[in-house]
Amino acid sequence: MKYIDEYRDGKLAESIAQAIRGRLTQPRVLMEICGGQTHTIMRYGLEDLLPPEIELVHGPGCPVCVAPLEVIDQALAIAAQPEVIFVSYGDMLRVPGSRTDLFRVKAAGGDVRIAYSPMDAVRLARENPSRPVVFFGIGFETTAPANAMAVWQASREGLRNFSMLAAHVLVPPAMRAILASPACRVEGLIAPGHVCTVMGSREYEDLARDFHLPIVIGGFEPVDLLEAIRLLVDQLEDGRAQVENQYVRAVTRTGNLAAQRIMEQVFEVCDQKWRGIGEIPASGYRIRAEFARYDAQRVFGTGQITADEPKECISALVLQGLKKPSDCAVFGARCTPEFPLGAPMVSSEGVCAAYYAYRRHAPGGPQ
Amino acid sequence: MSLFVCPVPLATRDTILLGHGSGGKLSAELLRDVFLPAFANPVLDRLEDQASIAVGGARLAFTTDSFVVKPLFFRGGDIGSLAVHGTVNDLAVGGARPLYLSAAFILEEGFPVASLRRIVESMRAAARQAGVDIVTGDTKVVEHGKGDGVYINTTGIGLLRDGLQLSAANARAGDAVILSGSLGDHGIAILSEREGLELETEVRSDSAALNTLVDAMLDASLQIRVMRDPTRGGLASTLNEIAGQSRVGIEIDERAIRVNEAVRGACELLGFDPLYVANEGKLAAVVARDEAEAVVDAMRRHPLGSDAAIVGWITNAHPGLVTMRTAFGTTRIVDMLSGDQLPRIC
Repeated sequence: MKYIDEYRDGKLAESIAQAIRGRLTQPRVLMEICGGQTHTIMRYGLEDLLPPEIELVHGPGCPVCVAPLEVIDQALAIAAQPEVIFVSYGDMLRVPGSRTDLFRVKAAGGDVRIAYSPMDAVRLARENPSRPVVFFGIGFETTAPANAMAVWQASREGLRNFSMLAAHVLVPPAMRAILASPACRVEGLIAPGHVCTVMGSREYEDLARDFHLPIVIGGFEPVDLLEAIRLLVDQLEDGRAQVENQYVRAVTRTGNLAAQRIMEQVFEVCDQKWRGIGEIPASGYRIRAEFARYDAQRVFGTGQITADEPKECISALVLQGLKKPSDCAVFGARCTPEFPLGAPMVSSEGVCAAYYAYRRHAPGGPQ
Repeated sequence: MSLFVCPVPLATRDTILLGHGSGGKLSAELLRDVFLPAFANPVLDRLEDQASIAVGGARLAFTTDSFVVKPLFFRGGDIGSLAVHGTVNDLAVGGARPLYLSAAFILEEGFPVASLRRIVESMRAAARQAGVDIVTGDTKVVEHGKGDGVYINTTGIGLLRDGLQLSAANARAGDAVILSGSLGDHGIAILSEREGLELETEVRSDSAALNTLVDAMLDASLQIRVMRDPTRGGLASTLNEIAGQSRVGIEIDERAIRVNEAVRGACELLGFDPLYVANEGKLAAVVARDEAEAVVDAMRRHPLGSDAAIVGWITNAHPGLVTMRTAFGTTRIVDMLSGDQLPRIC
């Protein structure tokens, strides 16, 4: 496929890998943030191409995985109500809450529907004026503009039966929390390309300066990621700590200003819980008070539902890059994609699920 | 509203989920935990796509399938042609010559008779093309709102060829894995119509009767060990079943597997892997190494096999596991999915 195949070229990848080997003088620990990037690394076996001195640790960037447990429980409580049409992105349906998941709510008679865009939910609200339609607005900065747009559109049309259960998470504050931890070993970051398409690369400049850390905005194809790693290695070997943009075909320094404006209009920054990590200050979006009638937490009064996570899952350590999935005693045994114990096994882009799906045959990987 | 307490894994499956019909791990569980313990017998326990039974002096293949596709009419076919092709193919890949089908209809109150006529006409044409007769049937009507217009069940019997023993348990190290053509056309055609995805190129279902292709293959070689049509769950699920039942490893080569541009594009968009997308007119076979080329040549002379190719090999390494050499030059696991693939968030 044009525009994609060139970023999946094995020969080009090998030549980049060679350049990395030529430049590297000591072991380095690098982190890719986004679950899509983790997925590519596993699916294409990029670690096989890299010199063993490069250790990739995997960040918290799977929006499905880090969606807080209590928000999932709130979603399940709303979706189970008889009149409600609950609309969600497909991969949220399998995510277990405390006791059940959306698939089971659907099986028990809940009207749970998969949508490809929040605007589908707005349309459903228009077509079903007598029924409350709730969209599950989860995700990073990437999905926030479309979700904001849906709320804005519903408000413009005066739809009274549409609302959104919003729990957006923001990348830079989470990275700051991870980098500030004394246990953090990360020496270079591959920042999430899609998030930066919206927010721009400039959001990462403070992080690079404050932690003297090289950061490269990376794409999602295997050649993108190898190129991003090469740029990080160059910076490390030169002693530089800058924000560089590998994903120039999509990302600018300022990002998509129109998208940022609509987000700003509908959402405000709040403290947010991350599944597997805990609460991180100023790391999420919630719906502003002037759009309160579209905020499902307020409409359905689910704000008081809270939940705690299982103790034996080491996802907090995995999502901060302190442990690998294969370091976990229950990985692949008691914790599998069918019976996930923790967040990163839940979504196909979660790091544990990616290890399980693609790499468990690899040397050193659990069978 | 009561507060939820400490989370536990969702280990109990006390209700049927959509994933139980996906052909993946959940379907296999249902079979293992509910149906097999109740029905166990030597014919069923072989777990092929068709039962192989002896009646008088003849060896018959016997199979059944229900069709609940939405939309009822799609590019490249409809529920009627699909119901004929599906059952004909399950017989054919068992090495049988399909002879007779039954057709049972569950109709929803209010369904237009004109649509039913269109479906029935399509079944007639498909049956004629496949050389089978529909010789018995049944009709039931359910209340409005209790069905999606029409569900069809077809059951088929066919005559097994002498001296042929095809089974998913027969693959041996060194054998070749052959695929008859491109992957994912049916699944993406259905999905794009159902969800109103506006793809630049229209994707057509590959729904077709494979029995004449199978004839051509068996004329070329009797060293065909396994044949399967990779329907729901896709090629990945089919190969995992073969690897599991034969206790062998399978290594496939991504570069040898054909996926049409528009299907690839749609899969990229949705976060799907074409290896798991359904086909309704494709066939995967495991063939002894020495005869593999001859079988591929025979397939390529048939219109439904013009893109046939060797896409992988059976190995003694990693029994039960399917791996793929990627176009990129690395190797990864091709696992069995738990349920259906789900469109991802971003």
